[in-house]
Amino acid sequence: MSAHADTHAHDDDHGHHHKETFVTKYIFSQDHKMIAKQYLITGTIMGVIGVLMSMMFRMQIAWPEEPNVLFEALLGKWAPDGVMDADIYLALVTIHGTIMVFFVLTAGLSGTFSNLLIPLQIGARDMASGFLNMVSYWLFFLSSIIMVISLFVEAGPAAAGWTIYPPLSALPMAQGGSGMGMTLWLVSMAIFIASSLLGSLNYIVTVINLRTKGMSMTRLPLTIWAFFVTAIIGVVSFPVLLSAALLLIMDRSFGTSFFLSDIFIQGEVLHYQGGSPVLFEHLFWFLGHPEVYIVILPAMGLVSEIMASNSRKPIFGYRAMIASILAIAFLSTIVWGHHMFVSGMNPFLGSVFTFTTLLIAIPSAVKAFNWITTLWKGNLQMNPAMLFSIGFVSTFITGGLTGIILGDSALDINVHDTYFVVAHFHLVMGISALYGMFAGIYHWYPKMFGKMLNKNLGYIHFWITAICAYGVFFPMHFIGMAGLPRRYYTNSNFPLFDDLANVNVIITIFALIGGVVQIVYLYNFFVSIFFGKKAPQNPWKSTTLEWTAPVEHMHGNWPGEIPHVHRWAYDYSKPGHDVDFVPQNVPLKEGEEELQH
Amino acid sequence: MTALLTIIVLVFILVAIWQMVKIFDLAQAKNENTGVATDKDNTMNGYLMMGFLAFIYVITIVCFVKWGDLPLMSNSASAHGPTIDNLMVISMVIIFIVQTITQFLLHYFAFKYKGEKGKKALFFADNNKLEAIWTIIPVIVLAGLIIYGLSTWINIMGVDESDDPLVVELYAQQFNWKARYGGADNTLGKANVRLIDIDRANILGLDEADPNAQDDVITTELHLPVGKPVLFKMRSQDVLHSAYMPHFRAQMNCVPGMITQFGFTPTVTTADMRETPQMKEKVKKINDIRVENSKPLLAKGEEPLEPYTFDYLLICNKICGKSHYNMQMKIVVETQEEYDAWIKEQKAFKNSLIN
Ligand code: HEM
Ligand SMILES: [Cu+2]
Ligand SMILES: [Cu+2]
Repeated sequence: MSAHADTHAHDDDHGHHHKETFVTKYIFSQDHKMIAKQYLITGTIMGVIGVLMSMMFRMQIAWPEEPNVLFEALLGKWAPDGVMDADIYLALVTIHGTIMVFFVLTAGLSGTFSNLLIPLQIGARDMASGFLNMVSYWLFFLSSIIMVISLFVEAGPAAAGWTIYPPLSALPMAQGGSGMGMTLWLVSMAIFIASSLLGSLNYIVTVINLRTKGMSMTRLPLTIWAFFVTAIIGVVSFPVLLSAALLLIMDRSFGTSFFLSDIFIQGEVLHYQGGSPVLFEHLFWFLGHPEVYIVILPAMGLVSEIMASNSRKPIFGYRAMIASILAIAFLSTIVWGHHMFVSGMNPFLGSVFTFTTLLIAIPSAVKAFNWITTLWKGNLQMNPAMLFSIGFVSTFITGGLTGIILGDSALDINVHDTYFVVAHFHLVMGISALYGMFAGIYHWYPKMFGKMLNKNLGYIHFWITAICAYGVFFPMHFIGMAGLPRRYYTNSNFPLFDDLANVNVIITIFALIGGVVQIVYLYNFFVSIFFGKKAPQNPWKSTTLEWTAPVEHMHGNWPGEIPHVHRWAYDYSKPGHDVDFVPQNVPLKEGEEELQH
Repeated sequence: MTALLTIIVLVFILVAIWQMVKIFDLAQAKNENTGVATDKDNTMNGYLMMGFLAFIYVITIVCFVKWGDLPLMSNSASAHGPTIDNLMVISMVIIFIVQTITQFLLHYFAFKYKGEKGKKALFFADNNKLEAIWTIIPVIVLAGLIIYGLSTWINIMGVDESDDPLVVELYAQQFNWKARYGGADNTLGKANVRLIDIDRANILGLDEADPNAQDDVITTELHLPVGKPVLFKMRSQDVLHSAYMPHFRAQMNCVPGMITQFGFTPTVTTADMRETPQMKEKVKKINDIRVENSKPLLAKGEEPLEPYTFDYLLICNKICGKSHYNMQMKIVVETQEEYDAWIKEQKAFKNSLIN
């Protein structure tokens, strides 16, 4: 039923030889595998920029206002005599957040793996629309370029925090970065959203329409479920951010008053009247909260798949995993107010959002327990991808648990906007999603590049990163609970916090080591493309369809017919089989039951 | 200098890693590095998992011992403070238990079930009973937390006008705070930033025609009488700010174009707080650090850092621009008599105008 009527026509198509030039193959490619690699490489470059920024502002926090050769070299006029300027500090924090959340963990993660895996795992020749897919990537590329260009604006890049709350972001006289820098930020994000919408629509249509014969929804690998639901959340919530951005552009450039009212700044009263900054917060977080799940769900999908494969066991509670993805997706659209408990909105609303927010902990807990149970009595293959997956569960739990404190409006009064929040979301979203992404890269690198990554470099990469991640973000809870606000250029004006200065030094040292260690990964990644060992077709002995496709990439993914699917994706160590994995395209034996859970 | 040193150290670390890899690779030259984990890798990483579990526990203990005096969980200075602290402690205990157990299971399983050639994993795909258990337990725990949390929240946010609170406006601007008291009538006069007249020193935009505004008092320090409920009305003239008073477990954003509010009752005077053992210890610790930090300054012939004495603070906790990091106001909690004496010294609005 799901084998589409026109797959046949498509099959025939591939008999003919398309003439491919360098440009159509590597640049304006419409092939999902190439587009996935393009997303990955662009995301990696943005990631390097983001990490460098974080290393710089961490050094400023640890050794405030000390001259630093690095600052002088990288920041130029923003670091006279090597001392970082307060404006650029805020700009670094802002752009770091934007790049990491949107360009690395949304586009880099979802864009790479949705593109790579959706067609390959559901048994499709390509995305529903290769052309839109290509447009989506190039819009993302364009938005990245604009974001990078914004770093070089005369008055400074956007510096109002990644949440760009007006009026700070709306008024150039409030902050240098709110001039041209903010304009470019908004333009870049508007283009980014367009790209994301095109991508998401494509993923949704592809999953609904192009599944191969036998690939029913309940036989889909959890990766596909995660990408599918992520795309739906994206389509529902990103347009709201787009409208917020457009209204903000109007306030900034055309004198409207959507978010502004009664402002006196630099000696003059502005004409704005009747708008409300709180409205912007609602619009922003209506996307902003779902966005964090847009980031984490794909990582969860990847981790579920990798854990099952490397445990040589079915994922525990397949149906519960799907149900919790759906529950999280639904709940994630009605919890945004937990970012606004002290924004001045009606306290009654705060109560409602506390209720919905704590509810979301339930499906999250179910997922965590199911992953742990998946390990139980497994035969764990400790490949780097598996290590990152276990690391994912660890940081997701540590970070998720503090959500229970933040989600409680009464407690949030005192820790809102402190380093406690920074610790929470970096562990639960930043580090976890990053681990998910690394796990995916280590696992599917052979599929992407036909080469193996060096596993020893992978082990070193994982262990040092894992220690640094906890070293950075665990102590951060404590300076948050001591009341230290985030986004402070220096704390030296508050003797009250003097006893926390050494914690900040420790954090920074871990951050620097953790940042530098990524060079090991980058080296492994780029060198293995050329000099890596040639990959076998199914190096991890996995059951999903992508491993039935040849190592050499080809248009249309499979020579000849697309494999048909006869079972779910998790027949690992199934009794009655000699091998410990049965690929999805292997028909049931006579009398074999399809354990469908 | 420190930075340069760090960079050098980082380079060394990189070199060390490089060498480690070389050794790894050499050790494996014979059995060939295919990129897929061998039994040896499984064993090594299994043990490392246990090591990592220990690392998580150690870092937790170290953090609690070294920085766990948690000034935000004890020693509150407002009437509602202890209820928040209590809820915080309960939540922390629950989190701590869940964290300890789940991290143990995760890492222990990773160690216990590390792969071996020829071993077969258990085909265990589902168990409704187990899943029901771990859905229901969080439901119960969270239901408890939700009920407790919400009742606390409603108590804190509900303003009881009947106990006649002292009304104080907190006025935020880039990058400082002002406080405005209602004067003898305890009623704040009307105000709007459109009425600001810098030349006449009407800096908060009070309505000069409003009789209630005449006796208003504008100050740069916030004084509060102990034991008396205060109702804060927050205003901002330019961008978002947040009035954060951590010692009182209080925070509310200041939003241009609207008035937000938050109320609490301070319970400990500044003088009494300075005398509590925890505070004395904290201040001593901080002063030791400041003496230490003054040494290089003195060596350079500069002024040493001033010794620290404890004061309550109102600090800005919403990014508001360049000097966000230094937007603070001193809060003084004092006896009613001291407060009365202080407020009498302040100029009433009508007398502060320049004609
Ligand atoms: C157990 C479930 C969770 C709860 C109850 C929870 C609760 C909260 C709350 C209340 C805040 C706002 C804190 C504040 O600003 O005062 C917050 C911040 C945040 N959370 Fe969570 N969270 C949970 C899980 C997650 C997950 C899974 C992610 C990401 C994948 C996430 C990402 C974030 C981010 C990015 C922020 C900070 C945004 C900012 O202010 O810059 N949270 N969380
Ligand atoms: Cu949220
Ligand atoms: Cu501020």
